[in-house]
Amino acid sequence: MKQENTIMENQLFRPLDLKKKIRPGESVIQALLFIAGFLSIFITLAIVYELGKEAWLFFGNPDVTFAKFFGTTEWSPGIGKYGIWPLVTSTLITSTIAIFVSLPLGLAVALFLSEYASPKARSALKPILEILAGIPTVVYGYFALLFMTPLLQSIFGKQTVEVYNMASAGLVMGIMILPLISSMSEDALSAVPRALREGAYAMGATKFETSIQVVLPAALSGIGAALIIGISRAVGETMIVAIAAGSGPNFTFNPFKAAETMTGHIARISGGDLSYNSIDYTSLFAIALMLFLVTLILNLISQGIINKFRQRYE
Amino acid sequence: MENIQTPEIAIETKNLFIFYGSFAAVSEVNMKIEKQKVTAIIGPSGCGKSTLIRAFNRMNDFVPSSYVTGEILLQGQNLYGRDIDPVEVRRKIGMVFQKPNPFPKSIYENIAWGANINGFKGNMDELVEQSLRGAALWDEVKDKLKKSAYELSGGQQQRLCIARTIAIQPEIILMDEPASALDPISTLRIEELMQELKKNYTIIIVTHNMQQAARVSDYTAMMMLEKDGSRSGTVIEFSETKKIFTNPKDKRTEDYVTGRFG
Amino acid sequence: MNPKRDHYPEGEALHYSLNRRYRRASIWQTLFFSALVIAILSLAALLYNVIDGAFGYVAFEYKNDPSEFSAKPLDDLSKQELLDILKANLSSGAFTKLENEKPMDTRSKSVLYTLLLERLIQIDTKQTWSMTDSIFRSAKIKAEVAEKYPEAKLEFRSWLTPVFLTTPMSSKAEFAGVRTAILGSLWMVGIAILFALPIGTGAAIYLQEYASKNFLTRIIQTNINNLAGVPSIVYGMLGLAIFVRALEPFTSGSLFGVTDSNGRTILSAGLTMGTLVLPLIIINAQEAIKSVPDSLRQAAFGVGATRWQTVWHHVLPNALPGILTGSILAVSRAIGETAPLIVVGASTFISIDPDGPFSKFTALPIQIYQWTTRAQSEFHSIAAAAIIVLLILLLTLNATAILLRNRVQRKY
Repeated sequence: MKQENTIMENQLFRPLDLKKKIRPGESVIQALLFIAGFLSIFITLAIVYELGKEAWLFFGNPDVTFAKFFGTTEWSPGIGKYGIWPLVTSTLITSTIAIFVSLPLGLAVALFLSEYASPKARSALKPILEILAGIPTVVYGYFALLFMTPLLQSIFGKQTVEVYNMASAGLVMGIMILPLISSMSEDALSAVPRALREGAYAMGATKFETSIQVVLPAALSGIGAALIIGISRAVGETMIVAIAAGSGPNFTFNPFKAAETMTGHIARISGGDLSYNSIDYTSLFAIALMLFLVTLILNLISQGIINKFRQRYE
Repeated sequence: MENIQTPEIAIETKNLFIFYGSFAAVSEVNMKIEKQKVTAIIGPSGCGKSTLIRAFNRMNDFVPSSYVTGEILLQGQNLYGRDIDPVEVRRKIGMVFQKPNPFPKSIYENIAWGANINGFKGNMDELVEQSLRGAALWDEVKDKLKKSAYELSGGQQQRLCIARTIAIQPEIILMDEPASALDPISTLRIEELMQELKKNYTIIIVTHNMQQAARVSDYTAMMMLEKDGSRSGTVIEFSETKKIFTNPKDKRTEDYVTGRFG
Repeated sequence: MNPKRDHYPEGEALHYSLNRRYRRASIWQTLFFSALVIAILSLAALLYNVIDGAFGYVAFEYKNDPSEFSAKPLDDLSKQELLDILKANLSSGAFTKLENEKPMDTRSKSVLYTLLLERLIQIDTKQTWSMTDSIFRSAKIKAEVAEKYPEAKLEFRSWLTPVFLTTPMSSKAEFAGVRTAILGSLWMVGIAILFALPIGTGAAIYLQEYASKNFLTRIIQTNINNLAGVPSIVYGMLGLAIFVRALEPFTSGSLFGVTDSNGRTILSAGLTMGTLVLPLIIINAQEAIKSVPDSLRQAAFGVGATRWQTVWHHVLPNALPGILTGSILAVSRAIGETAPLIVVGASTFISIDPDGPFSKFTALPIQIYQWTTRAQSEFHSIAAAAIIVLLILLLTLNATAILLRNRVQRKY
């Protein structure tokens, strides 16, 4: 006891210095961490710069005019055909089919899981969707070419459905995007406060009326965000369309015909022998830049919606 | 407990127990609630007031593992009987919640929605106006019926919730601490409204505010945790409000209403 | 107000209208449920489709009659006999080349047997059938083969075999394997994680523990979320422009004295893939760091620790399982990605094991892509076998991640 006292006294008499000390180690670490955090910005800038630089070379080519780019419907930069439309229409067609499959199905799955399934059923069923979400897209490509296409051919006839076609790529892409849409929609649905459901029940509403007329509208913006992310995913998806949609730009609106999408075109051309500084090379970057900008805008919109949605219920 | 002689009984509980799993949150409640009167349920936090009031329109059904033994009788029918549809129960026994919870729709639609799903056949505009007048909200919102309900103040939102409840014309209105999230002026308006409403409806209200119970209610049920340490709540005294506050039978009630509790 | 109750259905009418409401609800509920059934059926169809392709009958002919090489039936030959046959019949140049790759007498009997089939007897595959066909139309297939290819042998084959896993690429589907591709994938993922894990964790620490809530932080955060949504092929283009082309001296290894390659190396692929999974790792690590309770930090600060000491000794160890889970998920994403690898230039045909970051490479999904797009059905069969390998690999990784996650959840 006595000894403790002396220690305490000794400490009390120690000179006290509370001034800031320079800690070089800490500062170096903090700087490194900041660089790591900032690197993501650098990546974005690098994407914009590199894609932009090559795309600039492409559009700077005197042969590539605005009128040709948007005014003609044949794409083959190697031989001076610069009409972007065939790639754009096929991208739009496959994405539209995918969304028409994945939005209703994904939303229905989300409604079932969040409003109807028991917690036990939910925890048994969700891993199935997670597996679906974790399957590599190249496997979906195999599935599209060797399952969906024969299936479509057996339904509509081999004369109607080509071996490579946009429909089967789009349908399978829809299955691929389904888990994304369903899990985002489910998050939105379950973020609707319980008080709102209780209010509806207390008015004598059935479970169905509550889910469809109160919960669903309240979650609509979150579901919108899911839809937009889904579109962005479909537009940027490569392997399914590269395998199943066909190789070679083709300006057609018939989903049973083969037509190459923007991503499929990049994959095919860059997979072959490609010399730097050729018009083929720079044209790929022009397409990639368009892809990047479209998906960037879609992602930003979706994020904005989610942030706004979150604020409302917090 | 005193057996209250009442001319007309709106709803009655008989030997009511409410369980969450194996835990009896509320045990042995016997009450006869009189028609067109305000009945308050008071008591300390965590004694099962909310659980009890939510049993009256089967809102506890949404808590997994909850179940009820005993009976709640509305016009001789047990609300927890086998062939009873909880949706019909809630159609007849409306509820106003602690926090205002209007739907993310317009003011008009907030009221019309419940009427629509329940098959209302009359003139909707008339019903909306009547209900809003009934909730003393008409004058404040009549020019912005198409605006979102979220633009209203908290007190207005709560009155909107009352309006949408009376629009479906229930027999009984349950109010679970309807003013606890509101400022004193809004609270006063809700209390005044209750006096109006009881001309047509039977009202059961949960409150932790004893002054409020004394001001608005005709009958008061005092709830406490059982003394046996089971953490189960029960009604220890139920009689006219006047009696509870001036001449309680139970020592614990006296301690609570005079502020000597705990 | 005097409520007019007669405007609402009462009694029988109420029952009737409620029943109508319930009927409509149950129809919709059935529809919602069928959507889930469709999702499950799609998954089942996909898995079935893959398995269906990986097993089944194959009809093939020997180009050269086995009796030209050996009097005994091939299956009865000993290792020494096989070796002798190969020595006697292969051109000396081809034999020396094989000997240089790996001494012949150190090779196993089954490898020598395969070499005999591949190089000397030479198999010509006529047709393959799916598993379902092989089982249910067995008699018909046999009749068909007897008629169309009287010389051919019919054999029920599993395309997924241990040999398939251990042999390199070949231009003949019968002799092709995924060894080179698996090694390429592992190298590539290893580099990607070495690159992305430290940077990603650092970025997450910065954002969660150091950054103040200002404009710059918000920009960084939004940017990371957006990067996670950039199509993978765009990362491929970035990799092509920066790692393959601009940094060629580095990624080809010519800075380090490697002379025989261009920028299309494992290193370029790994760095590209690392860039792709970086946002994923950051977001997951942020979540893991966020879940460390604040009381822990306060306790550390309370005894006079600096910020870094707090992070290093308390926050990171507690967030580690979560960060690892995120990394495993990132790895499984990287293993399955195909498009960026095509763009940065995975080799289409390569049979030599990669021996370092400056090797040319192929990867499992690239093989699947190439085999799937071939016209001959035997390539579809080995694509299916490769898919099974890939899916098992992913399943193992994800199961590990889930186990880790559950262990963490139990802790808090």
